[in-house]
Amino acid sequence: MTDRLPGFSTLAVHAGAQPDPTTGARVTPIYQTTSFVFNDADHAASLFGLQAFGNIYTRIGNPTTAVLEERIAALEGGTAALAVASGHAAQVVVLQQLLMPGDEFIAARKLYGGSINQFTHAFKSFGWNVAWADPDDIGSFERAVTPRTKAIFIESIANPAGSITDIEPIAEVARKAGVPLIVDNTLATPYLIRPIDHGADIVVHSLTKFLGGHGNSLGGIIVDGGTFDWSKDNKYPMLSEPRPEYHGIRIQETFGNFAFAIACRVLGLRDLGPALSPFNAFMILTGIETLPLRMQKHCENAKAVAEFLAGHSAVASVNYAGLASDKYNKLARKYAPKGAGAVFTFSLRGGYDAGVNLVSNLKLFSHLANVGDTRSLVIHPASTTHSQLDDAAKVRSGAAPDVVRLSIGIEDKEDLIADLEQALSA
Amino acid sequence: MNHDAYDDNYIRSILSSVKSIAMIGASPVNVRPSYFAFKYLAQRGYDMIPVNPGHVGKSLLGKPFVASLADIGRPVDMIDIFRNSSHIMPVVDDALTLSPPPKVIWMQLGARDDAAAEKAEAAGLKVVMNRCPKIEYGRLSSEISWMGVNSRTLSSKRAPIPTQGMRLSLNRMSVGGGATAASDRAAKNKSEPT
Repeated sequence: MTDRLPGFSTLAVHAGAQPDPTTGARVTPIYQTTSFVFNDADHAASLFGLQAFGNIYTRIGNPTTAVLEERIAALEGGTAALAVASGHAAQVVVLQQLLMPGDEFIAARKLYGGSINQFTHAFKSFGWNVAWADPDDIGSFERAVTPRTKAIFIESIANPAGSITDIEPIAEVARKAGVPLIVDNTLATPYLIRPIDHGADIVVHSLTKFLGGHGNSLGGIIVDGGTFDWSKDNKYPMLSEPRPEYHGIRIQETFGNFAFAIACRVLGLRDLGPALSPFNAFMILTGIETLPLRMQKHCENAKAVAEFLAGHSAVASVNYAGLASDKYNKLARKYAPKGAGAVFTFSLRGGYDAGVNLVSNLKLFSHLANVGDTRSLVIHPASTTHSQLDDAAKVRSGAAPDVVRLSIGIEDKEDLIADLEQALSA
Repeated sequence: MNHDAYDDNYIRSILSSVKSIAMIGASPVNVRPSYFAFKYLAQRGYDMIPVNPGHVGKSLLGKPFVASLADIGRPVDMIDIFRNSSHIMPVVDDALTLSPPPKVIWMQLGARDDAAAEKAEAAGLKVVMNRCPKIEYGRLSSEISWMGVNSRTLSSKRAPIPTQGMRLSLNRMSVGGGATAASDRAAKNKSEPT
């Protein structure tokens, strides 16, 4: 008899977790320990040689963190996952497995400002070169492919304007180029969009945002779709070639369809070191249990606020894919039918100064540089998250000087609208 | 039998019922996948028999190598084949001459021979292709979850503490048939000529 397949909300509560073997604790305990004793010398050697499943040291893996990893792998429909200290750390670890100095990757121009900085400046010093493409022009991805291209990187719902990326044709460009498609699914979460179902090979998240959901813990994660054949040519030696650090093991041959997650753990996290605290893993796990409920409320509130702003005389325009009139509404209906997320931008007729005034007059919205909190948040990207870009790049990435970004929380929507109303008329 | 995607209960029934496993192509080199799997399955309490004509006279983790299935000299429940797809059929032919024949033919990750599978199934054997018994055991017992792997199973029961030689409980609620839908599709595309 085949068991019935549990739904998303059941997985959000149960996947990866099981009552503790020693104490029977029902909630996943916080294994706040750096290291784990070995049974004997052979057990230790087996673990270090990747021959056995088990715990060595919290930089490489931890039982609390492992529950988080399996849970997100299950929610995304991936084969395995690896949690790290932040979303930024996830991006470093992923690309370290894929790129050698002098290699390139293609990234969508509409990205979180921090990712644009990381790709443009920090990665340059590793010899990883980014080529930018326009997510609204699939041909720009095709034209950017060269023999040194090793990956394509996009956001499913793109920061800061909440625009929806047409994942499937970009996945097709990646497939033709023989490179994996990496999707940052932070703003959508797997509740709204599951990129692997649309052709993504690797999914990354900042867990800090909607997945953790309460603005209390940083974290990042890498999900292996189990879809990419790393051994079909010698383009990805970290996965296909004998690894000297493990006496000649070939990662894909040994670990099959979750080889990428293992490479990220035993070659990336082990050697680069951005491990997640088990305490943060616990906080994020607790957050994920209510992800479906929170996302429903986030989306419902966001739509109400966007509709209010669209009808306000001080507002020049609203970019929210959940509005029927929005440029991205058709893509939202295809990729995110349950809701278009809760991060979006709008621009004020009064320009830069009106944006600054609005931010200072709001009483319920918090002015800070985060999204995906239970609390509603506001920021002026041009002077903060995107401030390091020049003006033309600000406009291209959706962070023009008159633009204000909101992250709508799960408060009562009437209170959010009243706060915006008083701040706009103040 | 659909060999593109296995029901968890099929794999579970095999791993719960077999006691002895002959591993064709077992390697004494401790970085080879066959060595990993041999050691793991021995530690989980299976009676492991290494079969490799190149290493007769030596032992693998205390178990003497034999040259062929015929040299085992006692009944064996499962044959685990660590060879390329092109070397499967002769092993299945040999297995079918054994008396009593084995109950299961298992082909490792990456190995698949549909004709050999059909022949074994016609003789009443169960067949698994392109899977690793170590990964499947670790997955169904959720032991593999320590590596962040999606076990595709759930359980509200207290987990046993794995120790040497102990069979972990495989009796969990299955979320799917082993691999994920996306990885199954990818594997299928890979096996089709492009």
